[in-house]
Amino acid sequence: DTVLAAATITMKLTSTVCFPRQEIMKWNGWGYSDSKFLFNKKGQAEFTGKRYRLSGMVLPSLQDWFENTFGASVNHKSPATPALNASAVPPASLNEAFVEDLKATGIPFSHEAEDRVFRAHGHCLHEIFALREGKKFERVPDMVVWPNCHSDVVKIVELACKHNVCLIPYGGGTSVTSALECPPEETRCIVSLDTSQMNRILWIDEKNLVAHVEAGIIGQDLERLLNESGYCTGHEPDSMEFSSLGGWVATRASGMKKNVYGNIEDLVIHIKVVTPRGVIEKSCQGPRMSTGPDIHHFILGSEGTLGVVTEVTMKIRPIPEYQKYGSVVFPNFEAGVACLREVAKQRCAPASIRLMDNEQFQFGHALKPQVSSIFTNFVEGLKKFYITKFKGFDPHQLVVATLLFEGDRERVLQHEKQVYDIAATFGGLAAGEDNGQRGYILTFVIAYLRDLGMDYYVVAESFETSVPWDRVLDLCRNVKERINRECKERGVQFQPLTSCRVTQTYDAGACVYFYFAFNYRGLADPVHTYERVEHAAREEILANGGSLSHHHGVGKLRKEWMKESISSLGVGMLQSVKDYVDPDNIFGNRNLL
Amino acid sequence: HPHQATQMSNYCLNILVFVTLQQRDPMLKRDGFEDILEERRNSSDLKYALRCYAPVLYKGVTPCKANMLKNIVLQSDQLRYVINQVSQESGEAPDIIQEEASVILEEMAHRLQISTVRFFAFALSKAFKTLFQHVCVNEEGIQRLQQAIQEHPVVLLPSHRSYMDFLLMSYILYTYDLALPVIAAGMDFMGMKFVGEMLRMSGAFFIRRSFGGDKLYWAVFSEYVKTMLRNGFAPIEFFLEGTRSRTCKSLTPKLGLLNIVIEPFFKGEVFDVNLVPISISYERILEESLYARELLGVPKPKESTSGLLKARRILSEDYGSIHVYFGQPVSVRSLAQGKVNRSTYNLFPRHIPRKPMEETQSFVNDTAYRIVRLQEDNMVLKPWVLMASLLLQNLEGMELSVLTEQTVWLRGLALSYAAFLDWPDHAPTAKVVSSSLALHRGLACVSGGRVSLVVGEPLGPVTPEEALFNRAVSVLSCASYRNQVLHVFLRPAMLAVAMLHLSDEVYNCFSFLWDMFSNDFILCPGDTVQDFEEACYLLVKTGAVQMPQQDIVMTDIGQPTLSFFNGLLEPFLQGYQVVCRYLCEEASEGLTEKQYIPAVRSFAVKLILAGNLRCYEVLSSDMQKNALAALLRMDAVRKVKNRMISHINQTQISPSLSLVAVAEDLCRDGLTPSYIR
Repeated sequence: DTVLAAATITMKLTSTVCFPRQEIMKWNGWGYSDSKFLFNKKGQAEFTGKRYRLSGMVLPSLQDWFENTFGASVNHKSPATPALNASAVPPASLNEAFVEDLKATGIPFSHEAEDRVFRAHGHCLHEIFALREGKKFERVPDMVVWPNCHSDVVKIVELACKHNVCLIPYGGGTSVTSALECPPEETRCIVSLDTSQMNRILWIDEKNLVAHVEAGIIGQDLERLLNESGYCTGHEPDSMEFSSLGGWVATRASGMKKNVYGNIEDLVIHIKVVTPRGVIEKSCQGPRMSTGPDIHHFILGSEGTLGVVTEVTMKIRPIPEYQKYGSVVFPNFEAGVACLREVAKQRCAPASIRLMDNEQFQFGHALKPQVSSIFTNFVEGLKKFYITKFKGFDPHQLVVATLLFEGDRERVLQHEKQVYDIAATFGGLAAGEDNGQRGYILTFVIAYLRDLGMDYYVVAESFETSVPWDRVLDLCRNVKERINRECKERGVQFQPLTSCRVTQTYDAGACVYFYFAFNYRGLADPVHTYERVEHAAREEILANGGSLSHHHGVGKLRKEWMKESISSLGVGMLQSVKDYVDPDNIFGNRNLL
Repeated sequence: HPHQATQMSNYCLNILVFVTLQQRDPMLKRDGFEDILEERRNSSDLKYALRCYAPVLYKGVTPCKANMLKNIVLQSDQLRYVINQVSQESGEAPDIIQEEASVILEEMAHRLQISTVRFFAFALSKAFKTLFQHVCVNEEGIQRLQQAIQEHPVVLLPSHRSYMDFLLMSYILYTYDLALPVIAAGMDFMGMKFVGEMLRMSGAFFIRRSFGGDKLYWAVFSEYVKTMLRNGFAPIEFFLEGTRSRTCKSLTPKLGLLNIVIEPFFKGEVFDVNLVPISISYERILEESLYARELLGVPKPKESTSGLLKARRILSEDYGSIHVYFGQPVSVRSLAQGKVNRSTYNLFPRHIPRKPMEETQSFVNDTAYRIVRLQEDNMVLKPWVLMASLLLQNLEGMELSVLTEQTVWLRGLALSYAAFLDWPDHAPTAKVVSSSLALHRGLACVSGGRVSLVVGEPLGPVTPEEALFNRAVSVLSCASYRNQVLHVFLRPAMLAVAMLHLSDEVYNCFSFLWDMFSNDFILCPGDTVQDFEEACYLLVKTGAVQMPQQDIVMTDIGQPTLSFFNGLLEPFLQGYQVVCRYLCEEASEGLTEKQYIPAVRSFAVKLILAGNLRCYEVLSSDMQKNALAALLRMDAVRKVKNRMISHINQTQISPSLSLVAVAEDLCRDGLTPSYIR
């Protein structure tokens, strides 16, 4: 019973001309074109389409929450430009010799403006904002190629080296680090290498529980296809509807259920990468090796600067017999963090355990669909009464942890009891499966909500970090405070929304995710303001012992802090690998270094 | 090259004049004052003491019971770590060390009780009305403070001139319905059994004067303070100067407590800390003549309850008014921006005590100086302060009319240097002068149209030493008023002295004086050039000097100003010279620090009695200590084995500006102004 409705992009190779993802996906926002939030004529929020649990539902409390939180109004619209203005796209500057040689290989390519623009960006606020505003693009790829398999990629990379063409690998396009932005100073022809056609599971090895998969496969397709054989990878990053296996490897992705399945670096057994120097791969699939530094770790997190990941051998697991959501309400964030810390200490974390702060708890509540039965309403009211009046929880302080257990039924129930017992010692009250599940729905729809916000003068973004346990509370408090203060100092007229959640637990620390949004009416350059505030927030994170990134990566957005983060010697080590593998900077997206 | 240095600094001047202007000008916009005694004189003190007291707190926290606070401290990771460490080192069981910690905490902790506060509110209302004409507070400052208390932990940093200070502070905060502070007080109060406990119940916590090597004590103490700060239970109050200034000059700040309150910010435990400089100015200090005697070596009476009761006679005198100015809260976060990299704290567990890093230390030191400077800036000066400055330059007495005339002149000068002068509105100058003289009749008197210092009449026959001593008491008392204005004139005065003595190497001479006097005055480390620019700017502004190209020259009208400034610093120059002379001529090789002060004193007494010295201020132990500290710092004198003072080898020092050279000059030429070559 997955949160996602079984919807997927089926983009089997039909033509040799072009593969228009943009036909089913928004060109200037998140996700599927048919799915979006809007305020209907009655002013009530609705989520359109049929793909998600919330699809087709009316969300009666969202408008109030939205207007009260941001000081926004459904009467103040800031609509996006309806269609891409082709004149805003710089003309393709093609390397004719390259094009000629490429034609000879039969690999499909395109230099249509729409194809190029679609692959010129990720989902950073400034990127989406610029699309919506119809701003002129400084630099976009000059062409897009669609290799079909590993050997196609080898051919493309060889040609790129031969003709000195810049290659930018493109997977799911969900980057939030400006990693897909074309360096404006790049004068060579830029070719976007779209891996979407390399989306097959090549084989499944049930003896060793591994699958060999082409790296262009999208997360949800991978899970769906494996499920058909009774398996899963269990790797479920929040972007899994759209992000690709290759992208996960290239950014060191982390999945929601990493407590059971591990993060991407724990899941990969073998990686095949095409670089300008040739193909890198290991000679065997030994589960662990002592053969010097693990070369996989040069690839994991290389962010497209060394080559293209083409094939990955990955661990798989039988589909769990039983899955159960859960939730616990704590009187305050401190108690919740203390509980998560204890759960991590006892190493009994469920597949997923997340702690949402009060702001997010309220946000989650605003997304409750209209309840039809009087009885449900009554029960809800009773629950609320019990928690706030009987237990004395302050509705403006309480926080909720959402849980997901997986395994065989008996063990899940046992596990559940263990976790709830720990929670109880921190004043936590079990708050039902429904609340838990709603928490995970929020994860998938929140990116859609940003588009709704942008329709009404609200900009929003998320960022993340990892931090030792003893600093979690201090970091969360200081970062929120810093954001509030920076907004004030930079002339933001309305109180911003700053919210955080602890999304992953580790032995020695946690991953913390921040949401930050504000109403930008009255600001001349909201994106610039936003960027300065995010910059300040990141400095605050670093000053409070947080890392530069837990799983989003560095891209170009956070390059400036790399030296500080890994020392200049460390940067030098990475640079020397880059210089050896790609001396002519063919993979010239200029991420990371 | 000295000349180049002057050129360089003159070049900087052009740029800096503008900056300086900007820096100094906002100070001119100071808040007005309200007299809080006025209401007390018109309504019931009892009602006032019993009224509803409900202050706003930091982010709405509820105040924490004293016991809960102790438990938090005793159970903190920080303290537990040190307890285990001490236990391992000493071989004692952790329980025993824990018990020790608990005893220390018991001895230290405050036990704030609202009933005691109300008692003080009542008693102090009565006392203040008897002692003082006005207790004035800048209400805008109070409003700023109220705002600050809600936003971030607040540290109140008042100047310290009197025992009265912290009672007064709590009294004012109570009056304005602000959160009562917890106050770091020296252990010596604990000697006064009853009073000590009363103070404890009004929010004082007690720290031993010295506990250098005692790890456990330090841990309990710092954790206690940090716990209060982190949780925002109450504003923390302490005196940066560490002790009451007996001279009314601000003292070099002590860094221990400031380090403690700033550390939670660096460690990310709080978002920010607000430091609030508070300037408490007394028109007449209760301890006035007590201080003078203390400086002359009469030991200070031990604090005792009976002593305090004897002090009741104080109640029959008029001590004029008090001005309390709450300065702009200073955000530690903003100050530290770009100066301290907080992420250097990332790699070490926060609960393990560590010596602050060099970067942090210099930041804290710098901050401490800036705060004391801010205190100085908002010290209210009375006309008498100006009169005392003039009288001290005319010890033989002055015609009243001359004094009046010069006081008016000095007033203008002080105002143009941004002094915070409380000069009565619309009152004729003669009236102002005479009422000042009336209030300070214990210090100066008018007879036959001449004003002179009052010298206490001792009973019985007087030896020459006793007479000298009595004279010194009145000079030092008077000096404590002049000292209040020094921070206004100090920089231009040092420039004036430099111009007089070394007109072609003015900057070098200024810088030498700056360095030498940095124990006596608040001169922020590293600010030499900036202070020089400020001095130039101020002297140019008042027309005393001109700066054609790269020169500094006195103008026709500059003479009175420059000579007043020379006279102002004369006692300090002379004092330092006497110390140098003593060290060169008299001191034996094995002089200990303990012997030093009485030895210099009797050396100076001999000089005065022989008619070779007319400067009484050198008898002040404060000046003697500062001079020695300066000589040690400048390596003109060296300490050996912690107890010995030995002369530095004179041949070792060749530059003309060395202090030894000054001392050599001194020995040869006596008190001629050419002592600096």
